[in-house]
Amino acid sequence: MNDSNLMTHAIDVDNIGRKPSSDVSATETCISVENFSLFYGDKQALFDINMALPRNQVTAFIGPSGCGKSTLLRCFNRMNDLIDSVRTEGTISIDGENIHQRGRNVTELRRRVGMVFQKPNPFPKSIYENVAYGLRLQGVNKRRVLDEAVERSLRQAALWDEVKDRLDDNAFGLSGGQQQRLVIARAVAVEPDVLLLDEPASALDPISTLKIEELIHELKERYTIVIVTHNMQQAARVSDHTAFLYIGELIEFGDTRQLFTVPQKKQTEDYITGRYG
Amino acid sequence: MENNRGPHISRQFDQDIERLRSQVLAMGGVVEEQIADAVTAFVNNDAELAEKVIIRDHEVNGMEVALDEECSRILALRQPAAGDLRLIFAVIKTITDLERIGDQAERVVKTVSRLGSAGLIHEHYPGIHHLGDMVKKMLHDTLDAFARMDSEEALKILEGDRMVDREYEAIVRQLITVMMEDSRNIRGSLSVMFAARALERIGDHSKNINEYLIYMVHGKDIRHTDNITPP
Repeated sequence: MNDSNLMTHAIDVDNIGRKPSSDVSATETCISVENFSLFYGDKQALFDINMALPRNQVTAFIGPSGCGKSTLLRCFNRMNDLIDSVRTEGTISIDGENIHQRGRNVTELRRRVGMVFQKPNPFPKSIYENVAYGLRLQGVNKRRVLDEAVERSLRQAALWDEVKDRLDDNAFGLSGGQQQRLVIARAVAVEPDVLLLDEPASALDPISTLKIEELIHELKERYTIVIVTHNMQQAARVSDHTAFLYIGELIEFGDTRQLFTVPQKKQTEDYITGRYG
Repeated sequence: MENNRGPHISRQFDQDIERLRSQVLAMGGVVEEQIADAVTAFVNNDAELAEKVIIRDHEVNGMEVALDEECSRILALRQPAAGDLRLIFAVIKTITDLERIGDQAERVVKTVSRLGSAGLIHEHYPGIHHLGDMVKKMLHDTLDAFARMDSEEALKILEGDRMVDREYEAIVRQLITVMMEDSRNIRGSLSVMFAARALERIGDHSKNINEYLIYMVHGKDIRHTDNITPP
């Protein structure tokens, strides 16, 4: 661009300065959402969502309460099937397979797409049995196989060193942060492809929260992670990509660093800078 | 990105940011006066006014420190994002340049005492006067653009820096001729040249501030890119 051009298009924002460093489309897609809408009875909760979530990366959903971020998350392993009035349009594909396909084995889907909720929900069993539970359901009963899987999962969840001497203790004896990591160990024990985390740290103290965040960073090497969080700093810290939803619509989806420094949409800017009433 | 954003939910945050902006402008105002006084002191060979400029530079330094503290306080307590983050970032960088402009003004007046002993070279004062007016206006316009978050104006000012550079080069050429004519002029000419150099640097610092302003408004970092640099 020469000087006179610069003056005539005084602010050609797209053409001055450097290009953003990364771009969602550059990576391999794991979860693909196309023209997806969801209705609770007559009320539409999600409006024509289109997005491609990259594999082995962390995608965060942010937005005010009731914007549909948890609803969308729960679609990825068809948790919304449990609600009678729910109706969906459009498609969600994981690794190219439509998850709503007729005859699709939902149990198998949920093995591949693990989920962790806001409040730690260990079973009233021992630490060991909590982690082994999913494998036992799959018919795995060999002690040696289970032992290995339990240790591997607890290590992945950064909990092994804290509980290895008391695997037979009741899981309720663990602290909240430990329980949440135990639930993550339980989810990864069945070797899923995707981990859905719905506010995984919002009931935890700051130190436990940081441990979970560190864990997420390590887990993304193995899993594609989608996290819903109210804590925007958390989204900024743990995620590679961020989606901002507002009243059921996907407003902006892009590289986290870009979204938190130079968002493209005014609504996103208003939300992350605390301007929504 | 739109400039006219609504208020924050936290009204206190709005007040913090408003205070920060007005402090930057106040600091800019003092620096502007420093340039004017420095040029006047130089042209009139006024040692008293020169002394005043040197003393007042402490005030500028103090303002930089206070603003730095205010910025780190906001960063720690508010964890600003997006436009707010860019604003704080731009302020931190802007005040560094304003402080350096203050230093350059001090440099101009420090040549006053030197000139006193070196003999006066009156014929070069109009050049310095003119260059001083140019950079003072450039800073004034920059602060105006900053106050209005006017990136269009910032781009125009960036262009204008070239005029400052040309004026400086003209003064240098002239001084070289004077020095070649009579070596007794070298001492005085060098002093004038140092003053001119300091003023030219003020133009560069103002240019930086305009670049921060464009970053603040658009989130585009245009430093060290081909788009703006002179041919």
